[in-house]
Amino acid sequence: MELLVIFISAAIVNNFVLTQFLGICPFVGVSKRLDSAISMGMAVTFVMTITAVVTWLIYHLLLVPYNLEILQYVSFILVIASLVQLVEMFIRKVSKPLYDALGIFLPLITTNCAILGLALIAVLREYSFMESLIYGIGAGAGFTLALVIMAGIREELELADVPRHFQGAGITMIIAGSLALAFMGFAGLI
Amino acid sequence: MAKKVSLLEDFTKGIWKENPILIALLGLCPTLAVTISVENGLAMGLAASFVLICSSTLISLLRNLIPKQVRIASFIVIIATFVTIADRYLAAFYPEISKNLGPFIPLIIVNCIILGRQEAFASKNGVGRSILDALGMGLGFTLVLLILSTIRELLGSGTILGYQVMWDSFSPWMVMVLPPGAFLTLGLMIGASNWINDRRTR
Repeated sequence: MELLVIFISAAIVNNFVLTQFLGICPFVGVSKRLDSAISMGMAVTFVMTITAVVTWLIYHLLLVPYNLEILQYVSFILVIASLVQLVEMFIRKVSKPLYDALGIFLPLITTNCAILGLALIAVLREYSFMESLIYGIGAGAGFTLALVIMAGIREELELADVPRHFQGAGITMIIAGSLALAFMGFAGLI
Repeated sequence: MAKKVSLLEDFTKGIWKENPILIALLGLCPTLAVTISVENGLAMGLAASFVLICSSTLISLLRNLIPKQVRIASFIVIIATFVTIADRYLAAFYPEISKNLGPFIPLIIVNCIILGRQEAFASKNGVGRSILDALGMGLGFTLVLLILSTIRELLGSGTILGYQVMWDSFSPWMVMVLPPGAFLTLGLMIGASNWINDRRTR
């Protein structure tokens, strides 16, 4: 039950993109087309889940026992960067079609602040191992959800008559604002 | 043939012409998240500028020593080191601000503005010009944060830096301090800056 609450909270109520402002860059950059939005969402969810597990292990088995919490940021970002590299190599070896689909999005994930944010927040909230894992999956699902909704709207938007100065980033921000407003409706859910 | 750029240009381009937020759309996460109050916006702007200036200086000094293949990893480690310094400093001297900004101080590490400037400028240019570039970019970032947080604090709580400025019967627009307000205000600011640029070139 506890775990379900964490999942729903991360995916919907405290959606990473629309209420916590994490991962806005890919949200604006990769939401032009629906299929690439889905690929990006899958890649991020995958990396988030692994990151949540690995950073938990590093923090609780390495940094805390040796009083090295000061190295938290440096070690987390190194872990994420190498993890992304590893995942990229692994996917290329195991499944070529999946690699081609995710291709260019994989390296971009390193600088996605949602990933580092997830690791840091999980430590701040003192989640247990299972809770971190579920939190990672939930956050990834929430990110994918926001990205897919946004891409759907933007594909429709190509036919709309947007004022010239608001084309591109301006209108994207305003749509995100309306979506955030809609997601506020979930606030009382848990 | 590259155009010769004056030193002044290195400094001023970050403020308007290549403004990191309004034109290049980098570093949007902290921009949207911390601008609930002017105090938070200013603290974030200064912290990010500090990290940007320090890492630009160090990286432009080391630019001939860092092997090309591992440059991104080296940049990130250097940036993370300075972020740790800024984070410890804020936690020690301004615990209140440090608590308000929460995970967004460590998230300066993955702020694309900082990594972007290292890759695009500091790793290719001398120390003097890199510092000017970092100062300009930092100032441009801080200015946008200040404008955005002033609008949001003024309309969302009727105050600036905690002082009451709106009339007594003014009822705060709650939405401005909530997430949707951030997106809407930034969207309007981007539109306005496009409009100003358009008028200037015409």
